[in-house]
Amino acid sequence: MSDLNAKVVIVGAGHGGGAMAAFLRQAGHTGPIVLIGEEPIPPYQRPPLSKAWLKGEADADSLALKEPSWYAENGCDLRLGVTATGLNRGAKTVTLSTGETIGYDWLVIATGARARKLPIPGADLDGVLELRTAADAERLKAALGEGKRLAIVGGGYVGLEAAASARALGAHALVLERESRILARVACEQLSDFFTRYHQDKGVAFELGVEITAFEGEGGKIARVRLADGRAVACDAALVGIGAIPNDDIARDAGLDCVNGVVVDLDARTSDPDIFAIGDVTHRPLPLYDRQFRLESVPNALEQAKVAAGVIAGKPPLTPEVPWFWSDQYDLKLQIAGMPFDADTILVRGDPAAAKFAVFHLKGDQIQAVEAVNSPPEFMMGKQLIGNRKAISREKLADSTISMKEVVA
Amino acid sequence: MAKITYIEHDGTEHTVDVKTGLSVMEGAIKHNVPGIDADCGGACACATCHVYVDSAWEDKTGEKSAMEESMLDFAENVEPNSRLSCQIKVTDDLDGLVVRLPESQH
Repeated sequence: MSDLNAKVVIVGAGHGGGAMAAFLRQAGHTGPIVLIGEEPIPPYQRPPLSKAWLKGEADADSLALKEPSWYAENGCDLRLGVTATGLNRGAKTVTLSTGETIGYDWLVIATGARARKLPIPGADLDGVLELRTAADAERLKAALGEGKRLAIVGGGYVGLEAAASARALGAHALVLERESRILARVACEQLSDFFTRYHQDKGVAFELGVEITAFEGEGGKIARVRLADGRAVACDAALVGIGAIPNDDIARDAGLDCVNGVVVDLDARTSDPDIFAIGDVTHRPLPLYDRQFRLESVPNALEQAKVAAGVIAGKPPLTPEVPWFWSDQYDLKLQIAGMPFDADTILVRGDPAAAKFAVFHLKGDQIQAVEAVNSPPEFMMGKQLIGNRKAISREKLADSTISMKEVVA
Repeated sequence: MAKITYIEHDGTEHTVDVKTGLSVMEGAIKHNVPGIDADCGGACACATCHVYVDSAWEDKTGEKSAMEESMLDFAENVEPNSRLSCQIKVTDDLDGLVVRLPESQH
């Protein structure tokens, strides 16, 4: 029997933590909620930081997850600029950076992930930036503008979205990537090729297969990026976007099971039944793919927040969702559903030259994943078919004149 | 500022003040109105902010873009007055707007 008056402490006031508090109230939980956030501002949406916000098309108000008054009006004690430094599972308490100790009935770890650093000389120079928080985004925005030169280390989504926004602001963008193609960890070769060409057409330069050995500065400020082959690339700022590391320290120190993040089950429960974890910090089951994985996405954080809130409030369980992601660059809308695990065939539907196509990853006659560029039907129907495991006809799927609603075998 | 009424599938009404310039979806999320998920935060990428616009307001809420039509085509229980609420910008003209929410967004 769930106790709707139980005290819930949420460590981490990002998108996941903020949504957790809101979903608890939607689920009818009436007990006190304490939401602890390291950043000085209430929960906000991070995805626009590299896109609409950076281009000046969205303001801080619109990024805020809730009206500023919502927290106090809904019995949610929002503690900003504070971190949780310790967890005592026996006493069911967390220790805060203020020195205070607070008790919990349920604890939710929503500490997210932090940007991976490049451990090379000059990494602490002024103008060597990362993009994770609103404060990071402010620094990046200040470094951009007409004629400014931005060196982007890492050809992942953060780097490419920043490149597109930099171009929109009239800045030069050079992407430096260690692998032989961009998006190597997160997308297929067809997509890498397409995005490389599209960015090149918009004036973004690429150096692939290059190693960075140092950031070099003048007067404490970055001036050049030094490559392993001896070349130097002059720049006004460098953005490092080379992945993220889960903030699972507090969980590990308290002895919770962790493997590249906090291990949780489908209820978002950790190895301690009174403690949940949600979002980027979790290593979670993917029932459709029969494995555990750490997903970095807003939909994942929202799903786990909703699931955990439902468990705490004693609601019936929810059906697991198909993982999905999106990215906006220029006039391109990339939508990805599923994970390309165990696929045996890659099938392209539509026309990359027309910037309207989808890449399907198939295992036999089932869709494992779809990467759709400006192709909502392929994404939406693909996502449904990944979830319900219906068999499709490869011939029909390859023929873009046949509607996505008719590709089932 | 516009007063917008969101009616949940079970009939529960929520009337809130939404700042002009925000979307109808953002108005719901910022006031924690249940029934609109908006997983993508308004990028027209997920179709989880589906609403039915009250007939009296259909003209004032504007036309659907091709992208919105395309996404809606795969939502559940779509009706002629279905919209993705992230694509409706709130203006003073929408003061009094009423939207109904579907049973589920997935």
